[in-house]
Amino acid sequence: MPEAWVALALTLKVAGWATAINLVLGIAVGHAMARWRFPGRDLLDAALTLPMVMPPTVLGYYLLVVIGSQGVIGAWLLQHFGIRLIFTWQAAVIAATIVAFPLVFKAARAAFEQVDPQLEDAARTLGIGEWGVFFRVSLPLAWRGILAGLLLSFARALGEFGATLMVAGSIAGKTQTLSIAVYEAVQAGRDDTANFLVALTSITCTAVLLSAGRLAPGRVAARG
Amino acid sequence: MTVWDIRLRRQLRHEASRFDLDVQFRTDAQRVVLHGPSGAGKTQTLRLIAGIGRPDAGRVAIAGRTLFDSDAGLDLSPQARRIGHVFQDYALFPHLTVRQNIAFALRPGWRNPPRRGAAPEADRWIEQFSLQGVAGHHPHQISGGQRQRTALARALVTRPAALLLDEPFAALDRGLRQQLRDELLQLQAALQLPLLLITHDEEDVRCLAQAVVHIDGGRVVDRPAGAPTPLQPSAT
Repeated sequence: MPEAWVALALTLKVAGWATAINLVLGIAVGHAMARWRFPGRDLLDAALTLPMVMPPTVLGYYLLVVIGSQGVIGAWLLQHFGIRLIFTWQAAVIAATIVAFPLVFKAARAAFEQVDPQLEDAARTLGIGEWGVFFRVSLPLAWRGILAGLLLSFARALGEFGATLMVAGSIAGKTQTLSIAVYEAVQAGRDDTANFLVALTSITCTAVLLSAGRLAPGRVAARG
Repeated sequence: MTVWDIRLRRQLRHEASRFDLDVQFRTDAQRVVLHGPSGAGKTQTLRLIAGIGRPDAGRVAIAGRTLFDSDAGLDLSPQARRIGHVFQDYALFPHLTVRQNIAFALRPGWRNPPRRGAAPEADRWIEQFSLQGVAGHHPHQISGGQRQRTALARALVTRPAALLLDEPFAALDRGLRQQLRDELLQLQAALQLPLLLITHDEEDVRCLAQAVVHIDGGRVVDRPAGAPTPLQPSAT
């Protein structure tokens, strides 16, 4: 079943990109929220967490409004660069990124809040600049918590369905991810395909979780 | 020459409570002890001098070098102040070895010093403080006295212009305290380093102080409230 392998490759590509983007975005926003006090912080935190609790279809609708051909950003991209985001794998990446973002952001914020600010102060009195403080003290100490959030977000991105279907559609070989392919196969009564896809998805998720569990402790320098 | 010229004002708010810090002292003495009950504002004073907290107004000059002056609009970053700071619970980096902690300031930039690799300046301090046996250990694997020495070495490796110590001996037992006091005295004499030390241990005052600043309720007071007469041999 070559189309299943194509769907698997596409799913991994989309989830991989989404996780990579969230690695940067989630850490940056999580760190800012953990360390800075500003008015409206709680409101912003709630807004950034919203994708986790909102129905994916609502999220998909919002995305259509923003990146659709008539959307705020979508129309601008189409007019100036001739880029049509909707129904591309990049749109699937955007959907997966947004859906999985709160998992990284929440984990990163909590992890950075666990880091003793005095350690950061100690680094400052030792003459180390703010970027050095971040990469040498804050990030290594928060890494374990962030990694946990990243793995969850990767898993969430793998299984993303609703928002992806709305903005990227279900074009076989182009935007049809595993979860969408399962839905299509069931709808069309192709039980053999559905069985194979479901088994493939289950194996993939298990493999991800297992390798994650193996990876995590070794990557943490702080023991005790 | 005036060594310590400190004038700090800061209002601290924490939920409903308010704390006004207003500490001033000038002294020619190199070794100054800040003495007072807990909650008096001693640690805050140290933080403001180090530049990791910002006073509302005031002036910080050590040995003729001005680090902060609200009137002149001068406010050096903690990085530029070159002040060694030994924190109360030492604030050693838990993810780094003793040697990496000590070499921390020797490597500028975004990356921590490698576990192994040349750092002769760090090794000199490791030797001076007899930390060779634990250089590869992490802070949670070593004793309180070794932690204290590591924190001191980490601060001194930068060749600071002054040294601040927040209750450096509080976590140690009495025998060790006296030993480390002597070490600190010798070191200070050798380096001629201005030294400001927080304590509420009378023994520290007696052994280390050339001048004592008593602080209570965020202010400098003549005599500590409710405490036995200071600078006398006491029962503690």
